[in-house]
Amino acid sequence: MTTPTLLPAAASAPPAAARSRRIWRLLLVVTAALAAISAVRAITGATDLTSTGAISAALAAAVPIGLAGLGGLWSERAGVVNIGLEGMMILGTFGGAWGALTFGPWGGVVAGAVFGALGGLLHALATVTFNVDHIVSGVAINLLATGLARYLASFAFTGIGGGPTQSPIVPSLPKWSVPGLGWLAGIEQRGWFLVSDLAGIIRGALTELSALTVIAVILVPVTYFVLWRTAFGLRLRSCGENPKAAESLGVNVYRYKYYGVVISGALAGLGGAFLSIVAASIFREGQTAGRGYIGLATMIFGNWRPGGLASGALLFGYTDALQLRRGSESVHALLLFIAAVLAAIAIFQFYRGHRVVGIVSIALAAGALLWYFTTDQIPVEFVRAMPYVITLVVLALAAQRLRMPAADGQPYRKGEG
Amino acid sequence: MSRLDWRRWLPTTLAPILAILLAAAISSLVLIGSGKDPWHAFSSMVEYAFGERTGPASMVDMLNRATTFYLSAIAVAIGFRMGLFNIGVEGQFRLATLLAGAFGAATFLDPVPGPIRITLMIVVAMAVGAGWAGIAALLRVYRGVSEVISTIMLNFVGGSIFAFLLTDQYLGVKQPGSENVTTPILPENAWMPSFPFPNTNQRVFGFIVIAVLVGFGYWFLLGRTRFGFDLRASGMNPTAAVASGVNAKKMIIVTMLISGAVAGLVGLPGLLGRDHAVTTSVGGLGFTGIAIALLGRNHPVGIAFAALLWAFLDRTRIILDLEQIPQETIVIMQSVTVLAVVVMGELAARYSRRQQQRSVGRATGEAIVERPAVAAAGTGVESAREGS
Amino acid sequence: MSAGEDGSGPPGAAATTDRPPAVELRGITKRFPGVVANHDICLTVQPGRIHAIVGENGAGKSTLMKILYGMLQPDEGQIFVDGSPVRFHSPQQAIRAGIGMVHQHFMLADNFTVAENVVLGAEKIAGIGAAANQRIAEISRRYGLGVDPGRLMADLGVGDRQRVEILKVLYRGARIIILDEPTAVLVPQEVEELFTNLRGLTREGLTVLFISHKLDEVLAVADEITVIRRGTTVATVTPDSVTTRDLATLMVGSELPSPEARESTVTDVPMLTVDGLTVTDSSGRHLIEDISFTIHKGEVLGIAGVEGNGQAELVEAIMGIRPATGTIVLDGQSIAGWGTRRRREAGIGYIPEDRHRQGLLLDAPLWENRMLGHQTEPPNARGALLDIRGARRDTERLVAEYDVRTPSIDVPAGALSGGNQQKLIVGREMSHSPKLLVAAHPTRGVDVGAQASIWESIRAARRAGMAVLLISADLDELIGLSDTLRVMYRGRIVAEADPATVTPEQLGLAMTGGTVSGEVAA
Repeated sequence: MTTPTLLPAAASAPPAAARSRRIWRLLLVVTAALAAISAVRAITGATDLTSTGAISAALAAAVPIGLAGLGGLWSERAGVVNIGLEGMMILGTFGGAWGALTFGPWGGVVAGAVFGALGGLLHALATVTFNVDHIVSGVAINLLATGLARYLASFAFTGIGGGPTQSPIVPSLPKWSVPGLGWLAGIEQRGWFLVSDLAGIIRGALTELSALTVIAVILVPVTYFVLWRTAFGLRLRSCGENPKAAESLGVNVYRYKYYGVVISGALAGLGGAFLSIVAASIFREGQTAGRGYIGLATMIFGNWRPGGLASGALLFGYTDALQLRRGSESVHALLLFIAAVLAAIAIFQFYRGHRVVGIVSIALAAGALLWYFTTDQIPVEFVRAMPYVITLVVLALAAQRLRMPAADGQPYRKGEG
Repeated sequence: MSRLDWRRWLPTTLAPILAILLAAAISSLVLIGSGKDPWHAFSSMVEYAFGERTGPASMVDMLNRATTFYLSAIAVAIGFRMGLFNIGVEGQFRLATLLAGAFGAATFLDPVPGPIRITLMIVVAMAVGAGWAGIAALLRVYRGVSEVISTIMLNFVGGSIFAFLLTDQYLGVKQPGSENVTTPILPENAWMPSFPFPNTNQRVFGFIVIAVLVGFGYWFLLGRTRFGFDLRASGMNPTAAVASGVNAKKMIIVTMLISGAVAGLVGLPGLLGRDHAVTTSVGGLGFTGIAIALLGRNHPVGIAFAALLWAFLDRTRIILDLEQIPQETIVIMQSVTVLAVVVMGELAARYSRRQQQRSVGRATGEAIVERPAVAAAGTGVESAREGS
Repeated sequence: MSAGEDGSGPPGAAATTDRPPAVELRGITKRFPGVVANHDICLTVQPGRIHAIVGENGAGKSTLMKILYGMLQPDEGQIFVDGSPVRFHSPQQAIRAGIGMVHQHFMLADNFTVAENVVLGAEKIAGIGAAANQRIAEISRRYGLGVDPGRLMADLGVGDRQRVEILKVLYRGARIIILDEPTAVLVPQEVEELFTNLRGLTREGLTVLFISHKLDEVLAVADEITVIRRGTTVATVTPDSVTTRDLATLMVGSELPSPEARESTVTDVPMLTVDGLTVTDSSGRHLIEDISFTIHKGEVLGIAGVEGNGQAELVEAIMGIRPATGTIVLDGQSIAGWGTRRRREAGIGYIPEDRHRQGLLLDAPLWENRMLGHQTEPPNARGALLDIRGARRDTERLVAEYDVRTPSIDVPAGALSGGNQQKLIVGREMSHSPKLLVAAHPTRGVDVGAQASIWESIRAARRAGMAVLLISADLDELIGLSDTLRVMYRGRIVAEADPATVTPEQLGLAMTGGTVSGEVAA
């Protein structure tokens, strides 16, 4: 949904070579980032940066964002912009809590997805059948969802320990762990550069995972496979690239758009169910806190592909988790890391010849450093704003190299070809 | 064919009315479903709003609420007409109200006469609102970031800044005898005068005058000035607007600034007319503005009616509680109305377009095939398809 | 059944086989709100032949083909394929019956590969992976199309894209192939290639239905020709029995307007001088390079070239919509750094290539569209305010003077036909007495009557001393209206020509890079 400022030239190298180059570059970036974080941790003593707890929380925070992002992906690949993800997520939070209380935790998962899917159905009805502007419909659905959730909650939860804005405690889902990793805890305590951080990260990523987290992670490659390796996925994507062409070849564009949007709602609902069942163990009004929108941002950040989306979700999840834990200390330490990243970006941009962006990055890096050295802590309100600021910064920097589905957001009516 | 061709305006005027009726019908069904009598509910609401006993106070309250709603909706509508989605009214108006309230209570302004003080506060509010919206505008123009996402993010960031500043370390003061932190109370000469209303001692905000002026300004700016033409053209067809000489970047920035400036005013009726200090309860009006702008079809008079309707629904919620009807029914009704209006609006526009094409075809006897009224983003090779 | 007003009957004697006709249409009628697009169409296409359908814009050809392809349903009449009656409710059914459509406007997804575009909707035939790629490569080889299934669509040029469209149709096993105005974007040499491909297809037993309004091409390749006028079939003839003139007369029912010889109105006062104009995209590629020319008062400079060779970028650079380097001098003043509005106010009129996207506000009434592009000048505006009454009054005048057929000026522009929309645009630009008129494809998609009226307006502009920059793909229009000609190829000017002596073939050669520099001698 970002308005790209240029149409990027297609890759001239054959796809296989380009892909392996990309993988090497990715490994390089990841290793560099890891080293930088370890260094920051060692320098500042903010051990929470790479602790098991933080990584675990980061993964948990990434799940709802990632699910929302996947939801956005399915919808936009079918050509429909879905701002209503937030609303569908809200419906999912209610559905998850209500379902868990009524049918047990797995029932809650299903109910959350169903409620979200119903929201998606409404959005599809408005945009595909009635050709309402996609953004207007999405905003309207967000309005509706908030009120509807409260309305339904007032019926469902009063009298059993809750009310219109809150539910009673919800039964939880099982947790899974990769066995035999207990020894990593010892290494993590030692505080060794890089090794301890790795230990913390591995333990955080592979132990005490909620079942729903595992499902969410699996959904990423599943999405890739379905959309890029099956006939169903090809047809759905064609609706987002050139619906007239698809129509002329006998694809029922309306139907595939419906599929995309309803699945999108279901995924967002699933993300909501995660929030109410796993993350908070209750339904609370406002618990989505804009994650639907952050999910959209991760989708854009991931260039409308599941892999990039997942890494974006992890990034945002990490910042989200940090601010919820020992926020002030960790975020303060993170300033150093941010300064380093901005400096790297600045060098990269100068190398590319983009002087203005380079100068801005250097200035921001200097600012971050200054802030780090002149304060001990970051005020709690700023910490809470971090995910949103990071979203803005990432979008602002990444805008140039994106390629959204060609017919995304455009109204479509059969026969007007 | 007269200028007021019924084919043009009737469907689009009818659409909101039909939508409201549809929403009322759905809400009635919901009420019946939970064992309540919809007719009783609606009549209590009307009685509470217009009846002899509580009517006058209600009417004043509704006018006051509508004033804030109107300003919020106009701010959003300015963006809508240009094809921009300013979802950031919430953040813009909260920051603007806070800073205006703090500024207005500053002691160095004490020698300044009241009306000037109020005027300065208005200016500050508009400037802050415009500035906050300007960030999103710059991100859109120079980095291609969709203003939908950036304004939403800025809402959250703005909320954080609001919370940060409204503490007794910075702009706030603790009220004696309570834990509430507010900005210092404005001196009485900075209280905006209000209008009396028959049969009640509640008074109508003086700011309603400014709201009306803003509405008039909106109509005039968009309909009667060159800039307004450029704005509307950009909203209808950005490519054609650029070809006609509009500077797209400048247009986006200026529109967002104006929208933000109007958004900045949203909190002032309450601040100047009732609270006289900024409290943490300032908020919630941004999304309402979007709903009302949609309901009023971005038309200055339509928005006024929509604002009054919304105020009516908001005001009469309380009475439902007494009748043991969940208040949330109102929220459902409001949001269903919005959805219904946008759908109906689309259908009405389509119907109106077909009717007009038909009438042109009949009048000229020429071969026309129904074509999409939206300029199709084609391959650029050919656009107009004759009936060939 | 296809007896027309001229009494030319069906070429029954020419049928050489006793196979049933590949396609037969009887009494097809289709109505739309406000108009009848097809009325009692009768058509018989013999198998293994190339059958052309000719008619001017607005005659009903595309509607008919959409009916045959299942995108529309006829209100009356019957369709027979290979002798059996059929009823298509979707393109998929038509495809299953062996009918394939190659669209005029390519229906291709740029972000997909060739294979993905071909396979879409036909995944059952060979899946979507290696097997499909293989089959595509095989078909491409057999019919000499030369297309690589792994390439990204966005990388392919116009000729290749058309071949992909043909490939799509062959992949689905089509036996009857419909081509809708296939030569619209091709130059004569590429047209020959296409015709060779088509003859190859009929040699393999396929049937080809070919829609066009280019009569000389049709006469060159078709075995049979059916003429459609005002929504109904008028005659079916064989190419050796008619001339271009005959066909044209059948098509319009009267004499074709043709740009004719006239006195020169060219002065020696330069109005627009462009020197070294260059436009680059963000990756540094030249979209136009080092363009230089001068247009004098009273002169029409025509620029020929196949779509996509920089003409659109040139126009946008002159209008200030696209940044460019180089000098642009209008009437003695350098306007290179000026914005679009300032340039238009300085006296540049603009008839854009795509009137829906660039020239009109379709949902706005006519009088507001009259203001578009000139909203800062009288009679539309006075100072910073709009002069609505003045604009309305002037719109009434404009509508009358330029013969814009509309019941009122409050009608939305989208309700008018293309020809009337274009006349409105032409009138609006002329009303401000521009010094320079930039006309990009001014009669594209416009009916013959409107075309004649627009040509007359351009001639009147010349006589009044205006300089005109004319970009067009219609070689007859270019030759007929221009005083001088240039040819653009790959963003450069590669040839100059004298319209009085040059032929379409010579122009076509230059347009495909045949001569890099120098005059194209008569």
